[in-house]
Amino acid sequence: MYAVEYQQPTNLADAASILASTGGRALAGGQSLVAAMKLRLSQPGTLVDLSLIPDLKGIRRNGDRLVIGAMAKHAEVASSDVVKAALPALAGLAEGIGDRQVRNMGTIGGSLANNDPAADWPAAVLACNATIRTNQRAIGAGEFFKGMFETALAPDEIVTAVDFPVVQRAAYAKFPNPASRFALVGVFVAQMGDGSVRVAVTGAAPSVFRATAIEDALAKSFTPVAAKGVKVGADGLNSDLHGSAEYRAHLISVMASRAVVAIA
Amino acid sequence: MAVSLAMTVNGKPVNADVDPRTLLVEFLRNNLGLTGTHVGCDTAQCGACTVHVDGNAVKSCNVLAVQAQGANVLTIEGLIAEDGTMHPMQAAFRDCHGLQCGFCTPGMVMSAIDLVNRHPGADEATIRAELEGNLCRCTGYHNIVKAVRQAAAVMGK
Amino acid sequence: MGANDTATMTSVVGQSVLRKEDARFLTGTGQYTDDVSMPRQTYAYFLRSPHAHANIDSIDVAKAKQSPGVVDIFTGADLQGVNGLPCGWLITGTDGKPMNEPPHPVLAQGKVRYVGDAVALVIAESPAQAKDAAEQIVVDYDVLPSAVDSLDALADGAPQIHEQAPGNRCYTWALGDKAAVDAAFANAAHVTKIDIVNNRLIPNAIEPRAALAHYDRANDEYTLYVANQNPHVERLLMTAFVLGLPEHKVRVIAPDVGGGFGSKIYLYPEETAMVFASKKIHRPIKWAAERSESFLSDAHGRDHVTHAELALDKDGKFLAMRVHTTANMGAYLSTFASCIPTILYATLLAGQYTTPAIYCEVAAAFTNTAPVDAYRGAGRPEATYVVERIVSQAAMEMGIAQDEIRRRNFVREFPYQTPVALNYDIGDYEQTLDAAMEMADVAGFPARKAEAQKRGKLRGLGYAAYIEACGLAPSNIAGALGARAGLFEAGQVRVHPTGSVTVFTGSHSHGQGHETTFAQIVAGRLGVPVENVSVVHGDTGRIPFGMGTYGSRSLAVGGTAIVKALDKIVAKGKKIAAHLLEAAESDIEFRDGKFTVAGTDRSKAFAEIALSAYVPHNYPLGTLEPGLDETAFYDPTNFTYPAGTHICEVEIDPDTGVVDVVAFSACDDFGNIINPMIVEGQVHGGVAQGLGQALREQCVYDRDSGQLLTGSLMDYALPRADDVPSFNVATKVTPCTHNPLGAKGCGEAGAIGAPAAMMNAVMDALAPVGVTHFDMPASPYRVWNAIRAAHGHA
Repeated sequence: MYAVEYQQPTNLADAASILASTGGRALAGGQSLVAAMKLRLSQPGTLVDLSLIPDLKGIRRNGDRLVIGAMAKHAEVASSDVVKAALPALAGLAEGIGDRQVRNMGTIGGSLANNDPAADWPAAVLACNATIRTNQRAIGAGEFFKGMFETALAPDEIVTAVDFPVVQRAAYAKFPNPASRFALVGVFVAQMGDGSVRVAVTGAAPSVFRATAIEDALAKSFTPVAAKGVKVGADGLNSDLHGSAEYRAHLISVMASRAVVAIA
Repeated sequence: MAVSLAMTVNGKPVNADVDPRTLLVEFLRNNLGLTGTHVGCDTAQCGACTVHVDGNAVKSCNVLAVQAQGANVLTIEGLIAEDGTMHPMQAAFRDCHGLQCGFCTPGMVMSAIDLVNRHPGADEATIRAELEGNLCRCTGYHNIVKAVRQAAAVMGK
Repeated sequence: MGANDTATMTSVVGQSVLRKEDARFLTGTGQYTDDVSMPRQTYAYFLRSPHAHANIDSIDVAKAKQSPGVVDIFTGADLQGVNGLPCGWLITGTDGKPMNEPPHPVLAQGKVRYVGDAVALVIAESPAQAKDAAEQIVVDYDVLPSAVDSLDALADGAPQIHEQAPGNRCYTWALGDKAAVDAAFANAAHVTKIDIVNNRLIPNAIEPRAALAHYDRANDEYTLYVANQNPHVERLLMTAFVLGLPEHKVRVIAPDVGGGFGSKIYLYPEETAMVFASKKIHRPIKWAAERSESFLSDAHGRDHVTHAELALDKDGKFLAMRVHTTANMGAYLSTFASCIPTILYATLLAGQYTTPAIYCEVAAAFTNTAPVDAYRGAGRPEATYVVERIVSQAAMEMGIAQDEIRRRNFVREFPYQTPVALNYDIGDYEQTLDAAMEMADVAGFPARKAEAQKRGKLRGLGYAAYIEACGLAPSNIAGALGARAGLFEAGQVRVHPTGSVTVFTGSHSHGQGHETTFAQIVAGRLGVPVENVSVVHGDTGRIPFGMGTYGSRSLAVGGTAIVKALDKIVAKGKKIAAHLLEAAESDIEFRDGKFTVAGTDRSKAFAEIALSAYVPHNYPLGTLEPGLDETAFYDPTNFTYPAGTHICEVEIDPDTGVVDVVAFSACDDFGNIINPMIVEGQVHGGVAQGLGQALREQCVYDRDSGQLLTGSLMDYALPRADDVPSFNVATKVTPCTHNPLGAKGCGEAGAIGAPAAMMNAVMDALAPVGVTHFDMPASPYRVWNAIRAAHGHA
């Protein structure tokens, strides 16, 4: 790890101003950032630890919205009664992130800001059409994810919460990479309050995306067979040791159908 | 610039000035001489470095020491009672031959205790799933699973 | 199996005594190499080649030497008087010439030959400072084309890796009667052919390699702590062959070692460079590999490409087998690399069968990859995989049941001389097959398969009836085959005046539980409690000598050396007892910890004899030395031949390609067993590693760039707790005929039998969809591809 300075502000304004003045990076749970720093793949001059900022914590139901604080750990989300009542698919997704030790440190805000192409949270956020709240603005899911490890966040912008609509029903089905256990393909299927269906896919491409062909099929018939019957194109999908683009394309339909099974 | 660090480790307060890039595992091993916590990988996969921070299992090789500021840290060295009695999980690993070379063992034991605390009646499938963050190359996990089940029965009493 | 906390006297052998070593491992007080620290110690970092193949035009360390905290930096040019690392086994080729043995420099000398090849040793006050400085070293590389695949390396026009190895060939070697094989094939009713790859593996002991080197100027002595399986061999090779140091000035300590599986047998460049440098800087130097370094620089395993053919008569009786294998040696010959695909491979191709004629040819290639050497099983998993895959395929082709084709060909009379050099002393292969079939409930399999089919899943059952040659082995035979080392073992039994015992063994324990098993042997023989026996290993300063731990040899060879030393203790004890009891030595019996005059109740307890030996007031000093401390060296007369049958049941999800191992049953014959609990644990671990090879693990280098694509646990899939089932294991016993323990060895069996059993199960499951063969690992993606290919998709 390269040498680094460390700051631990206690409010959001201070955190933002330190980020702006130092050009440093925000540290949430650090499960991706510390790992990258260890391998000398990341060299932030200053780390701005967000753990003491009260505004970023907590999980609450707000009418037909579920608001998860950016510093909520995956393990907190997984065990939250509020989440389980409002959007149990999110608890299930959180319980499948990394391993227990990672879930005890990693946060939803950190994960979204990192936007790893194989992370799980982006699929839920995009499928549910959640809103990402920051210290500067609210960003719709459709505008947030810009590409591999890229988001709409400005350098001194800090995710404060993720605001999910309480959808009718939803489920997430992940096919893990056999080695890393990140998503080789993860599919989040959500049936929205108005009955429309949104399907988001992670792991398969450089960034999370909506599988519109499966959405259309499920809108007509919300059944596993309908999802599985969709032939997803392999163009633009990732190809590596663990699976070709064709394999990933195939798994998208299979995992979508399994998510529908889980919902039904 | 060094950061002034204070935490409780195995029930005792510790204070030190540390370089911010110091990992929690480096702090435990190098500053405190608690070499029972091991480093087996550099990608936070193997879990040999698992300790408890405020009661939760974390990978101390993937956490900065400063992230444990003010926390209560428990390592493998802190499990044994003053009179030398092993924690039921340690005893169960011995009774069930849940270890061979011993290198993954401290992390495995710390994870297993966390899992039994959360799932007192865990079945085999749950135990296996919950231990996914700890690699063992020697035992094939068979006797580890057996040990966790035995310890769970004792810890539940 | 119940485990006993306190074992009694002679019944202790054969009991599941709980392990003595566990207390320290469970309380965090084990002492692995990286846990050892010395005052004023420095830290090493190795700058490694980022290229698979390149000439080094220049190395500039000037700026790096000014980096904060740097103590010194060494490159190949600084290692004056240092030889290359030796290979311990000379293979003579079919042309009658010795293998090509190019130098294996400790630090690169003008050229790098694989990604990870060590270029410079940087020593600094902290690991981070050493790493910071290494980034300041400027190496000017002239990058050359590379070859990572063994077939590519042997092809015409391949880049030349060593000038001493034309065409990148290390050797072409053969075993068996080619003419007899050709004749048998000409008359065969059926011939089964198979092309298989034995996938390259990276051992991944959870403790990465580590070392701490110290030079004591006052005494001109070196101490090296190193994570190693055989410290005496490490010392011998390092001092006599590489550094030119006198052995008595170098102490090598392998303290607690966190798993080896072969990868810590070898003399590596890192610790060698550190011992050299420790004298130059007069400070201790410590190094612990990061996992990424382990991936790059530990010796890898397997990596065979094989074509095999089996000739059968109309009844499925094997007539002959013909095998051609290309083996990847990596960029340099590691310590035992050359004997793995030859002596430890081709000799096992008879398996459990009476195949009368076998011919095997092996071509060994240098490539731009990490060195390849023994990994758990070492040659024998590769042989078992060839034999058991081709036998399974032959059974399928001829419509013979899997157990039946094996029964028709089992060796049933012993001793049995195979056509590939080995002489099996004893075994009962039908017994282990029958037991395994019962354990696996083979009778109930059709119903389970039908039930799975209703759920859309494909079930399969696979067999592997393996044999291995362990207890390596008679030194004279090994020497005739090219070994440059002896293969005996040493043991010392030191009885203390009060009757407690310390055993010094050359067999190193890094998970195998020797401290317990060997204590049981001593306790059983001397009639003292297990608690009164301590076992010391892994220190050239304390142990008389040792050849170390590999090839499942510790009990059969190391244990026997201890038995031989115990024989001497008992013999001397009888002399002392005869004197004290005023009886003839020939009338003294030793049983249950007592020396008794036969037919009387006059006796002396073992502790009384021990005390007398050290307080020799009433003692035959004229004819007998005082003291009770004996050493024995044991060189076996033959290999041992553990064997058994493993049966695997899998369920495959055709939608995703996921293979679920739903059951695994192993019935093994390891000869007599000292501690069943430990033996079962060895089988569990071996099977899990076999599962890793069969279903998950694969080392992949990029064919164009030579970069290691599976360079971390993010891409190299080790089995986790939820990837493996609980195992069903049992043993049968035919005692080894040529060692007093009747022991054969158990450490590698799981890794030998499991891959073939699992892949046979996968092929059985996929037979209905038209798949007959694909190579390991049967990862979801590869299974899915195989199914697609069978359906006519590319």
